[in-house]
Amino acid sequence: MTEETHAHHHEYGHDGYDSAPGDQNAIDVVAGTEGYLLGMVLAVALTAASFWAAQTDLIYAPGIPIALGVFAVAQMGVHLVFFLHISTGPDNTNNILALAFGILIVVLVVAGSLWIVANLNHNMVPMDQLMKMQR
Amino acid sequence: MTIAIVDQGAADPDALPVYRPFPGPASKRIVVGYGFWIFLLSDFIMFSAFFAAYAVLSGETAGGPTGKQLFDLRIVAAETGALLASSFTCGMSALAVQTRQFGKVYAASFFTFLFGAVFLGLEINEFARMVAEGAGPQRSAFLSSFFSVVGLHGIHVTIGLTWLLVMLAQIATRGFIPNTMRRFLCFALFWHALDIIWVALFTVVYLMGTAT
Repeated sequence: MTEETHAHHHEYGHDGYDSAPGDQNAIDVVAGTEGYLLGMVLAVALTAASFWAAQTDLIYAPGIPIALGVFAVAQMGVHLVFFLHISTGPDNTNNILALAFGILIVVLVVAGSLWIVANLNHNMVPMDQLMKMQR
Repeated sequence: MTIAIVDQGAADPDALPVYRPFPGPASKRIVVGYGFWIFLLSDFIMFSAFFAAYAVLSGETAGGPTGKQLFDLRIVAAETGALLASSFTCGMSALAVQTRQFGKVYAASFFTFLFGAVFLGLEINEFARMVAEGAGPQRSAFLSSFFSVVGLHGIHVTIGLTWLLVMLAQIATRGFIPNTMRRFLCFALFWHALDIIWVALFTVVYLMGTAT
Protein backbone atom coordinates (compact mmCIF):
# COMPACT_ATOMS: atom_id res chain seq x y z
CA MET A 1 0.00 0.00 0.00
CA THR A 2 1.50 3.35 -0.95
CA GLU A 3 1.73 6.10 1.60
CA GLU A 4 -0.90 8.18 -0.16
CA THR A 5 -3.63 5.52 -0.21
CA HIS A 6 -2.67 4.48 3.30
CA ALA A 7 -3.03 8.03 4.54
CA HIS A 8 -6.30 8.39 2.66
CA HIS A 9 -7.53 5.20 4.23
CA HIS A 10 -7.00 6.46 7.78
CA GLU A 11 -7.35 10.13 7.11
CA TYR A 12 -8.61 11.11 10.52
CA GLY A 13 -6.02 9.43 12.65
CA HIS A 14 -8.30 6.68 13.88
CA ASP A 15 -8.00 3.13 12.58
CA GLY A 16 -10.24 1.39 15.11
CA TYR A 17 -7.28 0.64 17.37
CA ASP A 18 -5.43 3.89 18.06
CA SER A 19 -6.15 7.61 17.82
CA ALA A 20 -3.70 10.43 17.19
CA PRO A 21 -3.74 12.92 20.07
CA GLY A 22 -6.10 15.73 19.10
CA ASP A 23 -8.25 13.48 16.89
CA GLN A 24 -11.66 12.19 17.84
CA ASN A 25 -13.22 8.94 16.66
CA ALA A 26 -15.54 10.59 14.17
CA ILE A 27 -15.78 14.00 12.55
CA ASP A 28 -18.98 15.65 13.67
CA VAL A 29 -18.89 19.43 13.31
CA VAL A 30 -21.87 20.08 15.61
CA ALA A 31 -20.62 17.76 18.38
CA GLY A 32 -17.07 19.05 17.87
CA THR A 33 -18.16 22.67 18.22
CA GLU A 34 -20.20 21.82 21.32
CA GLY A 35 -17.13 20.14 22.82
CA TYR A 36 -14.92 23.19 22.26
CA LEU A 37 -17.69 25.50 23.60
CA LEU A 38 -18.13 23.39 26.75
CA GLY A 39 -14.35 23.33 27.27
CA MET A 40 -14.23 27.11 26.82
CA VAL A 41 -17.05 27.67 29.38
CA LEU A 42 -15.35 25.38 31.94
CA ALA A 43 -11.95 27.00 31.36
CA VAL A 44 -13.35 30.53 31.77
CA ALA A 45 -15.19 29.48 34.96
CA LEU A 46 -12.05 27.93 36.45
CA THR A 47 -9.91 30.94 35.46
CA ALA A 48 -12.43 33.30 37.07
CA ALA A 49 -12.44 31.11 40.20
CA SER A 50 -8.61 31.28 40.35
CA PHE A 51 -8.51 35.07 40.04
CA TRP A 52 -11.28 35.35 42.65
CA ALA A 53 -9.51 32.99 45.08
CA ALA A 54 -6.24 34.93 44.77
CA GLN A 55 -7.86 38.19 45.89
CA THR A 56 -10.59 37.16 48.32
CA ASP A 57 -10.62 37.47 52.10
CA LEU A 58 -13.12 34.60 52.38
CA ILE A 59 -10.45 31.89 52.23
CA TYR A 60 -8.00 31.33 55.11
CA ALA A 61 -4.87 33.01 53.70
CA PRO A 62 -2.41 30.05 54.00
CA GLY A 63 -4.99 27.90 52.16
CA ILE A 64 -5.14 30.16 49.08
CA PRO A 65 -2.18 28.52 47.26
CA ILE A 66 -3.87 25.12 47.73
CA ALA A 67 -7.11 26.46 46.25
CA LEU A 68 -5.15 27.96 43.34
CA GLY A 69 -3.37 24.65 42.76
CA VAL A 70 -6.65 22.73 42.69
CA PHE A 71 -8.20 25.16 40.18
CA ALA A 72 -5.07 25.05 37.97
CA VAL A 73 -4.92 21.24 37.88
CA ALA A 74 -8.66 21.11 37.12
CA GLN A 75 -8.25 23.62 34.27
CA MET A 76 -5.31 21.70 32.81
CA GLY A 77 -7.53 18.60 32.84
CA VAL A 78 -10.29 20.51 31.05
CA HIS A 79 -7.80 21.64 28.37
CA LEU A 80 -6.45 18.09 27.92
CA VAL A 81 -9.92 16.56 27.54
CA PHE A 82 -11.81 19.21 25.57
CA PHE A 83 -9.03 20.83 23.48
CA LEU A 84 -6.39 18.10 23.05
CA HIS A 85 -9.03 15.33 23.08
CA ILE A 86 -7.03 13.03 25.33
CA SER A 87 -9.52 10.43 26.55
CA THR A 88 -9.51 7.29 28.66
CA GLY A 89 -10.77 5.18 25.74
CA PRO A 90 -8.86 2.11 24.54
CA ASP A 91 -7.71 4.03 21.43
CA ASN A 92 -5.88 6.52 23.70
CA THR A 93 -3.84 4.09 25.84
CA ASN A 94 -0.50 5.14 24.33
CA ASN A 95 -1.31 8.86 24.61
CA ILE A 96 -2.33 8.48 28.28
CA LEU A 97 0.74 6.41 29.21
CA ALA A 98 3.08 8.99 27.63
CA LEU A 99 1.22 11.76 29.48
CA ALA A 100 1.48 9.89 32.78
CA PHE A 101 5.23 9.50 32.34
CA GLY A 102 5.56 13.21 31.46
CA ILE A 103 3.62 14.19 34.59
CA LEU A 104 5.87 11.93 36.69
CA ILE A 105 9.02 13.68 35.45
CA VAL A 106 7.49 17.16 35.85
CA VAL A 107 6.49 16.38 39.46
CA LEU A 108 9.94 14.92 40.23
CA VAL A 109 11.75 17.98 38.81
CA VAL A 110 9.61 20.62 40.54
CA ALA A 111 8.99 18.90 43.90
CA GLY A 112 12.55 17.53 44.02
CA SER A 113 14.11 20.95 43.38
CA LEU A 114 11.97 22.62 46.05
CA TRP A 115 12.72 19.88 48.57
CA ILE A 116 16.48 19.87 47.99
CA VAL A 117 16.87 23.65 48.02
CA ALA A 118 14.67 24.05 51.11
CA ASN A 119 16.82 21.43 52.85
CA LEU A 120 20.09 23.16 51.82
CA ASN A 121 18.69 26.50 52.94
CA HIS A 122 17.73 25.01 56.31
CA ASN A 123 21.22 23.56 56.87
CA MET A 124 23.15 26.62 55.70
CA VAL A 125 25.06 28.67 58.27
CA PRO A 126 23.63 32.22 58.35
CA MET A 127 25.85 34.67 56.43
CA ASP A 128 26.83 36.89 59.44
CA GLN A 129 28.01 33.84 61.44
CA LEU A 130 29.94 32.60 58.42
CA MET A 131 31.79 35.93 58.25
CA LYS A 132 32.69 35.68 61.96
CA MET A 133 34.01 32.14 61.51
CA GLN A 134 36.29 33.28 58.68
CA ARG A 135 37.91 35.96 60.82
CA MET B 1 1.33 -13.45 10.23
CA THR B 2 -2.29 -12.53 10.75
CA ILE B 3 -3.50 -11.76 14.22
CA ALA B 4 -7.20 -11.78 14.87
CA ILE B 5 -8.58 -9.32 17.40
CA VAL B 6 -12.00 -9.52 19.00
CA ASP B 7 -14.16 -6.54 18.14
CA GLN B 8 -16.22 -5.76 21.21
CA GLY B 9 -17.72 -2.59 19.78
CA ALA B 10 -20.78 -4.33 18.29
CA ALA B 11 -24.08 -2.60 18.97
CA ASP B 12 -25.85 -5.84 19.88
CA PRO B 13 -24.45 -7.12 23.19
CA ASP B 14 -25.58 -10.66 22.35
CA ALA B 15 -23.82 -10.69 18.97
CA LEU B 16 -21.06 -13.20 18.48
CA PRO B 17 -17.54 -11.68 18.60
CA VAL B 18 -16.32 -10.48 15.22
CA TYR B 19 -12.76 -11.36 14.27
CA ARG B 20 -10.92 -9.04 11.94
CA PRO B 21 -7.33 -9.06 10.73
CA PHE B 22 -4.77 -6.91 12.49
CA PRO B 23 -4.54 -3.70 10.43
CA GLY B 24 -0.75 -3.50 10.42
CA PRO B 25 1.31 -0.45 11.32
CA ALA B 26 -0.61 2.63 12.42
CA SER B 27 -1.28 5.35 9.83
CA LYS B 28 1.20 8.17 9.37
CA ARG B 29 -1.24 10.61 11.00
CA ILE B 30 -1.28 8.53 14.20
CA VAL B 31 2.51 8.01 14.20
CA VAL B 32 3.25 11.71 13.55
CA GLY B 33 0.60 12.87 16.04
CA TYR B 34 2.01 10.56 18.70
CA GLY B 35 5.58 11.67 17.99
CA PHE B 36 4.52 15.30 18.31
CA TRP B 37 2.76 14.45 21.58
CA ILE B 38 6.07 13.05 22.90
CA PHE B 39 7.76 16.32 21.86
CA LEU B 40 5.10 18.37 23.68
CA LEU B 41 5.58 16.30 26.84
CA SER B 42 9.35 16.86 26.66
CA ASP B 43 8.60 20.58 26.24
CA PHE B 44 6.53 20.41 29.45
CA ILE B 45 9.56 18.81 31.15
CA MET B 46 11.80 21.67 29.94
CA PHE B 47 9.26 24.16 31.32
CA SER B 48 9.20 22.26 34.63
CA ALA B 49 12.91 23.06 35.08
CA PHE B 50 12.20 26.77 34.53
CA PHE B 51 9.24 26.55 36.94
CA ALA B 52 11.44 24.84 39.53
CA ALA B 53 14.03 27.65 39.19
CA TYR B 54 11.30 30.27 39.59
CA ALA B 55 9.76 28.51 42.61
CA VAL B 56 13.17 28.33 44.31
CA LEU B 57 14.14 31.95 43.51
CA SER B 58 10.79 33.77 43.74
CA GLY B 59 11.61 35.11 47.22
CA GLU B 60 15.16 36.27 46.37
CA THR B 61 14.40 39.88 45.45
CA ALA B 62 17.79 41.28 46.62
CA GLY B 63 16.08 44.35 48.06
CA GLY B 64 14.39 45.01 44.71
CA PRO B 65 10.67 45.06 43.83
CA THR B 66 8.51 42.03 44.64
CA GLY B 67 5.92 40.41 42.41
CA LYS B 68 3.15 41.99 44.47
CA GLN B 69 4.51 45.47 43.61
CA LEU B 70 5.14 44.71 39.92
CA PHE B 71 2.26 42.55 38.64
CA ASP B 72 -0.97 44.04 37.34
CA LEU B 73 -3.63 41.32 37.52
CA ARG B 74 -5.95 43.17 35.09
CA ILE B 75 -3.34 42.76 32.34
CA VAL B 76 -2.84 39.10 33.31
CA ALA B 77 -6.62 38.55 33.10
CA ALA B 78 -6.69 40.16 29.63
CA GLU B 79 -3.74 37.99 28.48
CA THR B 80 -5.52 34.88 29.81
CA GLY B 81 -8.75 35.79 28.01
CA ALA B 82 -6.91 36.42 24.72
CA LEU B 83 -5.08 33.09 24.88
CA LEU B 84 -8.26 31.16 25.80
CA ALA B 85 -10.22 32.76 22.93
CA SER B 86 -7.31 31.94 20.63
CA SER B 87 -7.37 28.31 21.75
CA PHE B 88 -11.12 28.12 21.05
CA THR B 89 -10.85 29.54 17.52
CA CYS B 90 -7.89 27.21 16.91
CA GLY B 91 -10.21 24.30 17.73
CA MET B 92 -12.76 25.70 15.26
CA SER B 93 -10.14 25.90 12.52
CA ALA B 94 -8.98 22.32 13.26
CA LEU B 95 -12.60 21.18 12.73
CA ALA B 96 -12.78 23.18 9.49
CA VAL B 97 -9.54 21.58 8.24
CA GLN B 98 -11.01 18.11 8.83
CA THR B 99 -14.14 19.04 6.86
CA ARG B 100 -12.00 20.80 4.19
CA GLN B 101 -13.68 24.22 4.31
CA PHE B 102 -11.19 26.86 3.15
CA GLY B 103 -13.29 29.88 4.21
CA LYS B 104 -13.86 28.65 7.74
CA VAL B 105 -10.17 27.73 8.15
CA TYR B 106 -9.08 31.23 7.14
CA ALA B 107 -11.76 32.97 9.27
CA ALA B 108 -11.05 30.94 12.43
CA SER B 109 -7.27 31.20 11.93
CA PHE B 110 -7.54 34.98 11.50
CA PHE B 111 -8.99 35.22 15.02
CA THR B 112 -6.48 32.66 16.36
CA PHE B 113 -3.65 34.86 15.06
CA LEU B 114 -5.33 38.08 16.22
CA PHE B 115 -5.87 36.89 19.82
CA GLY B 116 -2.38 35.37 19.92
CA ALA B 117 -0.89 38.67 18.75
CA VAL B 118 -2.94 40.58 21.36
CA PHE B 119 -1.51 38.27 24.05
CA LEU B 120 2.04 38.79 22.79
CA GLY B 121 1.56 42.58 22.58
CA LEU B 122 0.32 42.75 26.18
CA GLU B 123 3.27 40.65 27.35
CA ILE B 124 5.89 42.71 25.48
CA ASN B 125 4.27 45.87 26.87
CA GLU B 126 4.45 44.48 30.43
CA PHE B 127 8.12 43.50 29.98
CA ALA B 128 9.00 46.93 28.56
CA ARG B 129 7.27 48.69 31.45
CA MET B 130 9.12 46.59 34.03
CA VAL B 131 12.51 47.12 32.36
CA ALA B 132 11.82 50.88 32.18
CA GLU B 133 11.07 50.89 35.92
CA GLY B 134 14.47 49.35 36.61
CA ALA B 135 12.96 45.91 37.26
CA GLY B 136 14.71 44.12 34.41
CA PRO B 137 16.08 40.57 34.51
CA GLN B 138 19.43 41.75 35.94
CA ARG B 139 17.82 43.33 39.04
CA SER B 140 17.42 40.19 41.18
CA ALA B 141 17.35 36.40 41.01
CA PHE B 142 13.54 36.60 41.29
CA LEU B 143 13.34 38.83 38.19
CA SER B 144 15.88 36.71 36.24
CA SER B 145 13.76 33.62 36.76
CA PHE B 146 10.54 35.57 36.08
CA PHE B 147 11.74 36.85 32.69
CA SER B 148 13.12 33.37 31.86
CA VAL B 149 9.98 31.38 32.47
CA VAL B 150 7.44 33.93 31.16
CA GLY B 151 9.74 34.86 28.25
CA LEU B 152 10.19 31.19 27.28
CA HIS B 153 6.41 30.90 26.98
CA GLY B 154 6.33 34.13 24.95
CA ILE B 155 8.94 32.72 22.55
CA HIS B 156 6.77 29.63 22.12
CA VAL B 157 3.76 31.84 21.29
CA THR B 158 5.87 33.72 18.71
CA ILE B 159 6.93 30.43 17.11
CA GLY B 160 3.28 29.30 17.13
CA LEU B 161 2.10 32.46 15.34
CA THR B 162 4.81 31.99 12.67
CA TRP B 163 3.85 28.35 12.29
CA LEU B 164 0.18 29.32 11.84
CA LEU B 165 1.08 31.66 8.95
CA VAL B 166 3.16 28.89 7.33
CA MET B 167 0.24 26.46 7.68
CA LEU B 168 -2.20 28.90 6.06
CA ALA B 169 0.23 29.43 3.18
CA GLN B 170 0.56 25.66 2.71
CA ILE B 171 -3.22 25.15 2.78
CA ALA B 172 -3.68 28.00 0.28
CA THR B 173 -1.09 26.66 -2.17
CA ARG B 174 -1.30 22.89 -1.68
CA GLY B 175 -4.88 22.42 -0.47
CA PHE B 176 -6.12 19.83 2.00
CA ILE B 177 -3.65 17.05 1.24
CA PRO B 178 -2.78 14.55 4.03
CA ASN B 179 0.57 16.32 4.66
CA THR B 180 -0.90 19.75 5.39
CA MET B 181 -3.80 18.27 7.39
CA ARG B 182 -1.34 16.31 9.52
CA ARG B 183 0.80 19.40 10.14
CA PHE B 184 -2.27 21.41 11.08
CA LEU B 185 -3.12 18.72 13.66
CA CYS B 186 0.35 19.17 15.17
CA PHE B 187 0.01 22.97 15.12
CA ALA B 188 -3.35 22.75 16.95
CA LEU B 189 -1.81 20.44 19.58
CA PHE B 190 1.07 22.91 20.02
CA TRP B 191 -1.27 25.89 20.41
CA HIS B 192 -3.50 24.13 22.97
CA ALA B 193 -0.41 22.95 24.89
CA LEU B 194 0.79 26.57 25.20
CA ASP B 195 -2.53 27.40 26.85
CA ILE B 196 -1.93 24.62 29.41
CA ILE B 197 1.49 26.09 30.22
CA TRP B 198 -0.09 29.53 30.57
CA VAL B 199 -2.52 28.12 33.18
CA ALA B 200 0.49 27.03 35.26
CA LEU B 201 2.17 30.40 34.63
CA PHE B 202 -0.66 32.68 35.70
CA THR B 203 -1.32 30.48 38.73
CA VAL B 204 2.24 30.04 40.00
CA VAL B 205 3.83 33.33 38.91
CA TYR B 206 1.08 35.94 38.92
CA LEU B 207 -1.68 34.74 41.30
CA MET B 208 0.56 33.10 43.93
CA GLY B 209 2.98 36.03 43.51
CA THR B 210 0.34 38.60 44.40
CA ALA B 211 -1.69 36.63 46.99
CA THR B 212 -0.76 37.50 50.54
